[in-house]
Amino acid sequence: MAGRIGIVGVAQTHYGKRPECHLEDLVFEPVEKILKETGLTFADDGTGIDATISCSQDHWDGWTISSKHAVDAAGGHLRPEEKVAEDGAYALYYAALCVLAGHYECVLVAAHTKESQVDGRLIENAGLEPLYLRMLGMDFTSCAALQAAQYLEAHTLGPADCARVVVKNLGNAMDNPYAQRAEILTETDVLTSPLLSDPIRVLDAKPVSDGACAVIVATEEKARKWTSKPVWIDGLGCCYDRHYPGYRDLTDPVSLKEAARRAYTMAGIKDPRREVDLCELSEYYSYQELLWAEGLGFCDRGGGAGLLHSGASSREGGLPINPSGGLLSGVPVNVAGLNRAVEAAVQLRGEAGKRQVEEAERAVIHGTGGVCGQMHCVITMRRGF
Amino acid sequence: MGERVAIVGIGQTDHRFIRSDVNHEEMINEAVSLALEDAGLGIKDIDTVIIDNMDLFEGHYLADGMVVDGAGMFLKPGLKMNTGGTSGATAVATGWQHVASGVFDTALVVGWQKQDASPSIASLVTAREPFYDRGLAAGAVGIFASMGLRYMQETGCEEEHAALARVIMADNARRNPHAHLKLDLTTRDVLDSRVLVWPVRLLHMSPTSCGACALVLANEKRAEKQEKPPVWIRDLETAHREVSVFRGGCVEPQPAVSAIEVACSRLYKRNGITKPARDVDVWELYTPSSWALFPWMELFHICEKGEAWRLVEKEVIRIEGEIPIEPSGGVVSTNPIGASGVIRVAEAALQLRGEAGDRQVSKKAETAIATAWGAASWIVVFFLSKHL
Repeated sequence: MAGRIGIVGVAQTHYGKRPECHLEDLVFEPVEKILKETGLTFADDGTGIDATISCSQDHWDGWTISSKHAVDAAGGHLRPEEKVAEDGAYALYYAALCVLAGHYECVLVAAHTKESQVDGRLIENAGLEPLYLRMLGMDFTSCAALQAAQYLEAHTLGPADCARVVVKNLGNAMDNPYAQRAEILTETDVLTSPLLSDPIRVLDAKPVSDGACAVIVATEEKARKWTSKPVWIDGLGCCYDRHYPGYRDLTDPVSLKEAARRAYTMAGIKDPRREVDLCELSEYYSYQELLWAEGLGFCDRGGGAGLLHSGASSREGGLPINPSGGLLSGVPVNVAGLNRAVEAAVQLRGEAGKRQVEEAERAVIHGTGGVCGQMHCVITMRRGF
Repeated sequence: MGERVAIVGIGQTDHRFIRSDVNHEEMINEAVSLALEDAGLGIKDIDTVIIDNMDLFEGHYLADGMVVDGAGMFLKPGLKMNTGGTSGATAVATGWQHVASGVFDTALVVGWQKQDASPSIASLVTAREPFYDRGLAAGAVGIFASMGLRYMQETGCEEEHAALARVIMADNARRNPHAHLKLDLTTRDVLDSRVLVWPVRLLHMSPTSCGACALVLANEKRAEKQEKPPVWIRDLETAHREVSVFRGGCVEPQPAVSAIEVACSRLYKRNGITKPARDVDVWELYTPSSWALFPWMELFHICEKGEAWRLVEKEVIRIEGEIPIEPSGGVVSTNPIGASGVIRVAEAALQLRGEAGDRQVSKKAETAIATAWGAASWIVVFFLSKHL
């Protein structure tokens, strides 16, 4: 990688149902915060933010060209603004590439979604193959249930293994002031919560959530000038898998492996299990934390549950996964991946308060989109001070 | 600055009203295969794929996920951009950033729209603010009606001039084998076509097309190995403006500042373009209605304010003229929306290569401006050149 990209600042809203917010208000909340905290402004002369990369989805906004909400609220008026219509991690990925390209030296990334205003199941249904799967009334949860069942079966695991993820993450969320859902639970609580689509229960799935977050990235030189606590982005990777779930081995996330391989190669990470101090990944459902941990190379195939049960992925463990509480604690789709980066940056800066992990030097963040994790984005970050 | 970026492969489908013979992936694959063939490359040589499509227009959530096999994205990195009508140009800009970053040697940019499967107008209605604007300016026609009306009031331009602009585009489109509408029109035909929202008539508006367009971008090292001469994307600039009709967001020309003018001014300044009509040889503007042509010409500083209709009257914008604009026949002849922005860049690049066939401009073409416009006056402008 030609140069390093520095994270200058991060900001996020509280997550939850936000009926009082218009979409523009939702975008503006973290943007206002991040401008205040970094002291940066939108400038045309290279003294501030050069461009905006926004992230949202037309379907979720119920508004085609949904970046309209970021035009006024995130500095797009008469200025460069581009919308990445993927998970928020992709927006950060693209912003980092823009900084490397040199056309912009400082980019604001802003992601928003207000899930509570729409029926997400209809949207997810529209994301499936139109002739066969849509007609069956499938959504991402029912497809994920097939993946979960297949995964559990392949490695002789059970719903109790997934329930442990929920107990861990919602417990972690107790110390996250932005979390929507935080609870001290037992496995039995999870296993007796209402069934959504076997084996996925209500507590196994991410709740409906509204919110937004923002990140400012800049060239190494500018990042050093503007913050005493820069966080470097040193590895980028993303990858597509096939669309139709029937064409994929759902227990083997090949596109995640490829995205991780790209990011690790760029960052010079050879043994992620030992070199990574912290991971924030996108578990829309509890089983995904186990499966994605395998894809990210933190354990062998089928070793996700072992990693969890060993305590390694707890906040006090050797490789804390989702010390923030993860998506299960309530983060909207699209915002999810960017929120992972926000949380990881806060950890690397040592500003995570009660949810701080010890000695965090290097973090991996992950975002995903599509049915059963069709596409994945992996970004590696390290402390720069 | 990062790596220099060149266009090394160009492919587009023949654009049609209905493509019931193919599904999305097959249609996209036509353009991708043509672009790879044109570049003399295989899909293995492509490092990343950038998709441009509007999910709501296409009626498919995460439309990029749906076309993985058709676009050659399986196990490749890539992402989808969506900025409305501007999307195609935004995706080319994204591909440009990917290659310029030095992380990727090559990028494939793919834009498409299949309006026979999902009519865009239904979702275009949602492009406006729901409480006040939707009732006023649903879809695109209302915007161009207010634009045209205002232009007539301010300049003395008449309906006949817009009709002539449409006739010129039709004449150009008949020379473009890929164009959708290849109409043999007279100004009378245009003036007799039915009014949609006065002064916009049916023939003034772009059609609903199906089609795809793909570009292969490469860095300097790769581009120099290519058999065909590269066309360089020398620079680009983008600007948006606020949204509401009441704040003047979607109606050009404006008393307030225009995003087009802002973006162009920045681009021209950086590239030493002082007299655009002289310094730029070919223009692929994105005019979804022939009424947009006049304000566009003025905002791009091709001529003075209020003068564009006179230039059109002199017919200098024709393929043989001094200021050839949209020799492809433009968006009023062909509008597979997601592909339209990519097509503008592709057509400009073909002109610079000298491979535009029947629609090749008469003057020597060494520089071009390509652009796409969408949403509420959002713009991406590219400066292309034959030489570095």
